[in-house]
Amino acid sequence: MRRFVRILAVLVAVSAVAFWAATGANRGWTKTSVPVKTLDEITGIEAITYEDRFLPGVDFLGAAGVAAGLLVGVSFLFRKQTQQQQTVRT
Amino acid sequence: MKTTALNLIALVGLSGVALAGPLTFDFKDPKGVNNATFTLDAPLEAISGSANGVSGTVTFDPANPAATKGKIVVAASSLHVPNPVMKDHLHGAQWMDVAKHPEIVFEAKEMKNVRTDGDVTTADVVGTFTAKGVSKEITVPVRFTYLKDRLAARGGNQQGDLLVLRSNFTIKRTDFGINPGAPQDKVANEIVIGLSIAGAAPRP
Repeated sequence: MRRFVRILAVLVAVSAVAFWAATGANRGWTKTSVPVKTLDEITGIEAITYEDRFLPGVDFLGAAGVAAGLLVGVSFLFRKQTQQQQTVRT
Repeated sequence: MKTTALNLIALVGLSGVALAGPLTFDFKDPKGVNNATFTLDAPLEAISGSANGVSGTVTFDPANPAATKGKIVVAASSLHVPNPVMKDHLHGAQWMDVAKHPEIVFEAKEMKNVRTDGDVTTADVVGTFTAKGVSKEITVPVRFTYLKDRLAARGGNQQGDLLVLRSNFTIKRTDFGINPGAPQDKVANEIVIGLSIAGAAPRP
């Protein structure tokens, strides 16, 4: 169980970093919408509209890091398997 | 015969004067192109957003741009930043308090350093800027582009003119009571504002 929770912690951390990198490695804050600019050819004004899109930022990475750390902490609540326990099971 | 000709000339002359008078441009843009942008510097990432709830009217005389007067209103509730937590803070009581102060207004009173080159006029516009219920007189550089007979080109059957206004200026948030307690090393005191708006003056 202890090992399982630690593996889960690593998975959380790695998948968060992978998701962050895959969505553009945004070094700013997390965004739930991104600006889209379109040019009005008559006036020359760039209209700004927002498209709903989740763009994780450094706060997302931080939250994932905290979650992974908590899981590692929780793993210490489970007793380490002794040599004897492992022998009995086998 | 001579009198009739003179009357005709006078009539044509008068109609010419009437046509050359000041035009009132409505900045409530049905195409939703008009926008105001704002940026505050901050350590990790500048806080940038925009607002598209623009309205107001400007009276502009192509023959006498120095006489321009008008008022531009931005609906505070249309202020948007891409981070939802920041947006909540921005609309909240400490920052813009949009529930109590729904409008950000600039009212032009006087034009200085007016220069016209073709359809483009640049000027320093003196006016009253009101945000979060605080009004202060400021001077902002404005570029006016008068687009005669271009309204129909934007779609619709309405004939008329367009007036494009562009301006970039800076205000201090502490001058307007916009979260004056926020430490300036965390979020800058200067708010850089950009305005890109077009108004229409339809002809009946």
